[in-house]
Amino acid sequence: MTAKPLLEVENLRIDLALGNKKFAAVQDVSFTIGHGETLGLVGESGCGKSITALALIGLLRDPLAIGGGTIRFDGREIQSLSASEMRKLRGNRISMIFQEPMTALNPLSPVGRQIAEMFVLHKGASWREAERLAVEALASVRVPAPDRRVEDYPHQLSGGMRQRVMIAIALACGPDLLLADEPTTALDVTVQAEILDLIRDLSAAKGTAVLMISHDLGLIANMCRRVGVMYAGKLVEERAAEDVFRAPSHPYTSGLVASLPLLGARARHGRQRLKEISGVVPPVAAFPTGCRFNPRCYAASDICRANDPAATPLNSGGFVRCHHHE
Amino acid sequence: MLSFIVRRLLQTLPIILAVAALIFVMFSVIPGTFASSMSDDGRSVLDAEVMTRMNKEFGLDDPVYVRFGKYIAQLATFDLGTSFRTRQPVADVIAERLWPTAQLAIASMLFAIAVGVPLGFIAALRPGGWIDTLSMIGAVSGLSLPKFWLGLMLMYLFALVLGWLPSFGYGDGSIRYLILPAVALGVAPLALLARTTRAAVLEIMNADFVRTARAKGMSESKVVRWHLTRNTLVIVLTTIGLQFGTVIGQAVVVEKLFSWPGLGSLLVDSVTLRDIPVVQGSILVIVLLFLLINMLVDVLCAVIDPRIKYT
Amino acid sequence: MKLRANLLIGGVLFAGVVIAGIFAPWLAHTDPVMDANLMYAEEPPGQEFWFGTDAQGRDIYSRVLYGARISLTVGIVSQLINTVIGVCLGLSAGYWGGWWDDFVNGLTNMMLAIPSLIFALAIMAILNPGLTSLLIALGLTNWSFTCRLARASALSLKSQGYVQAAKVLGYGDLRIMLTQLLPNMLGPIIVIGTLGMGGAVLAEAALSFLGLGIRPPYPSWGSMLSDARDQITTAPWISIFPGLAIFMTVLGLNLLGDGLRDILDPQARARRA
Repeated sequence: MTAKPLLEVENLRIDLALGNKKFAAVQDVSFTIGHGETLGLVGESGCGKSITALALIGLLRDPLAIGGGTIRFDGREIQSLSASEMRKLRGNRISMIFQEPMTALNPLSPVGRQIAEMFVLHKGASWREAERLAVEALASVRVPAPDRRVEDYPHQLSGGMRQRVMIAIALACGPDLLLADEPTTALDVTVQAEILDLIRDLSAAKGTAVLMISHDLGLIANMCRRVGVMYAGKLVEERAAEDVFRAPSHPYTSGLVASLPLLGARARHGRQRLKEISGVVPPVAAFPTGCRFNPRCYAASDICRANDPAATPLNSGGFVRCHHHE
Repeated sequence: MLSFIVRRLLQTLPIILAVAALIFVMFSVIPGTFASSMSDDGRSVLDAEVMTRMNKEFGLDDPVYVRFGKYIAQLATFDLGTSFRTRQPVADVIAERLWPTAQLAIASMLFAIAVGVPLGFIAALRPGGWIDTLSMIGAVSGLSLPKFWLGLMLMYLFALVLGWLPSFGYGDGSIRYLILPAVALGVAPLALLARTTRAAVLEIMNADFVRTARAKGMSESKVVRWHLTRNTLVIVLTTIGLQFGTVIGQAVVVEKLFSWPGLGSLLVDSVTLRDIPVVQGSILVIVLLFLLINMLVDVLCAVIDPRIKYT
Repeated sequence: MKLRANLLIGGVLFAGVVIAGIFAPWLAHTDPVMDANLMYAEEPPGQEFWFGTDAQGRDIYSRVLYGARISLTVGIVSQLINTVIGVCLGLSAGYWGGWWDDFVNGLTNMMLAIPSLIFALAIMAILNPGLTSLLIALGLTNWSFTCRLARASALSLKSQGYVQAAKVLGYGDLRIMLTQLLPNMLGPIIVIGTLGMGGAVLAEAALSFLGLGIRPPYPSWGSMLSDARDQITTAPWISIFPGLAIFMTVLGLNLLGDGLRDILDPQARARRA
């Protein structure tokens, strides 16, 4: 008997209210994350990854709202929690890192104070004590001279440093689950690897589970054991990372894998054009009937245009949502 | 911080000079400067001999550029010239009027801030709610009210019908005399402050760092206290500064209506009497006050907002 | 929802004032200037005199109708002058840059340093009271916001591809400014213009109230109010109706401006103009 997973998401639906109409921006999304496990969520922008994360931490705001399904964290259904119970969870046991370190920190507040808030909020520390802990937190994310940096304002720090501050905030209270929403997208390529290493090392050391969200399949494959692929609000494939690369089942995943530049591929196969998936993700109000990927799919047939495929379990573990999966 | 203040002062200096030059040029091209200034409607003719003597006395015979040079040299020593009418130094005449105007401007701004900022704040917390709708309707109405008419109506109601407050004048300088003019003058900045505050709060409510604060598990009241107030203040403070200046300009009408012995009524009376040195002096002092207040606000903003100092 | 209400109420109020102004000769009961009759001085509002009469026995209703003509003329014409000045200076400064830009910038800063009512008052002090002087005084003193806006838009637009393309095609500067830049900044300029009209109506009333604008006996709402103070105890209606007229006109323009802003200038909220 395995232990209960840390997070269980079942048939999650997120509604987008436009005028009087409601559209399901995210639908039928189910996944689990075990204690200390790292799950990657990949997909093009607009596919619903970020709002899924916001739903998990209870931060969806008008016009978005959870429309159905359940989210169980540590065995408790979070939708049934009161606002104050949810606040005790948020930041303390589930925390989040955002994409844009430029704007995610308050420009008028020293970064040390912004970290210290965590200890005051969740650990009952005094401000003086919290400021001291903030220095330690800053040191733990490998910021040089943390005792001086705590007095800096966000605009005095580089993007990478700011993202380290965000990580320090997110991990300050030793959460069980970290939601990392495109944490490196806005950063210089040279800094990206450092930030990813930091997230990996610190979460491993503290036993924090991570939901890593990115549009970059390569990054996800590096960081995560399991990968979920989202398209137009649905989870179309979820499997072990190596399987996704070796033998992608969903045509969309194949497309994502084929669009990755592979090291050494040129030596083996000669110069080749990278493949791209034609078309764009449809807007929420215009999701096609049947399989949502059918207008862009090379294998689309009549059934794809008529029926939405159900999740089919795969022999190698995980599932795929495709009528024609390989 | 000191270098910031110095730099800000240096930026202001050319503007002051330009304004002084503009005012001088404007009033030195008036036809029939002095002779007409001695008659109320500018039409009756003075004795020719008297005119020449007086023109000489006030140095009006010199060529324009010489007069301008003298004017600027005078200004540098805070000498604003001599009143055509009373022969008093203009600086003394203005000094007498400074305090009442300052009282009026400060009182009306305090009123505007005390009511407008909280109103905008409350309105923004529930956008589209009834408080929001009502206060924004009130704000646009407040911006559309002619101040002197509002003053007249207040005077009618509170002084003449109800008899609670004196209808006009400075009296013994007590606060009872200040209330009506301050309210009449303060309604427009109040309305504008309510709108600005509301817009600022709404904008910051949707800022990424507020989402971060919520993700930290902060209650809404802590979000407001720890993250919203300060950031809103910077935006609101700039508006307060600009409005303070506008209020000093607009005070002219309200001072005139309430016979308030301030700079504004001095200016209007001097224009009517064509007492040019006093007109020039009052305008210059009003502009100086306006610039000074905006400078103070800039410095205050720089104290609160660490980003300003370095840019 | 609120957006439509703004435009609707503002439009109705403004249209009402325009109709009152245009049809004043047909709507008015008496001549606004000549029909003074001390027999009827300070009559309260009633059947014969809807808004009452003033100290000279003139029908306030008729005078208020004619007052709309002055307010509208001043509001529209002076704001047009401001807009033309602001657009010309701002557009050319933003487009050409260099010393001209510095000069315009300095000029704008100076204008912003002088409270506009004080500036207008100073101009009225050297001109003779009257409509033309008012148009000049108010038309020359309130262009700085338009200028800043036009300059900023010109700066950001001139690096756009289509403007560069027009340059490559050999279009003249003037043609580029008028056909490529101006249409793309028109929305916010119309918004500022509408709000500025309201400001001009208020400023006209204020100057006339101070006796420096339209002089009695001509029926400007401001000048009607200037002698009303003395009669406020005995005949408050002399003050009430002209003031209400100013309020309604300016409210209409402000609502119209706010409504237009929501439609024409979506970024305005971010700019907090």
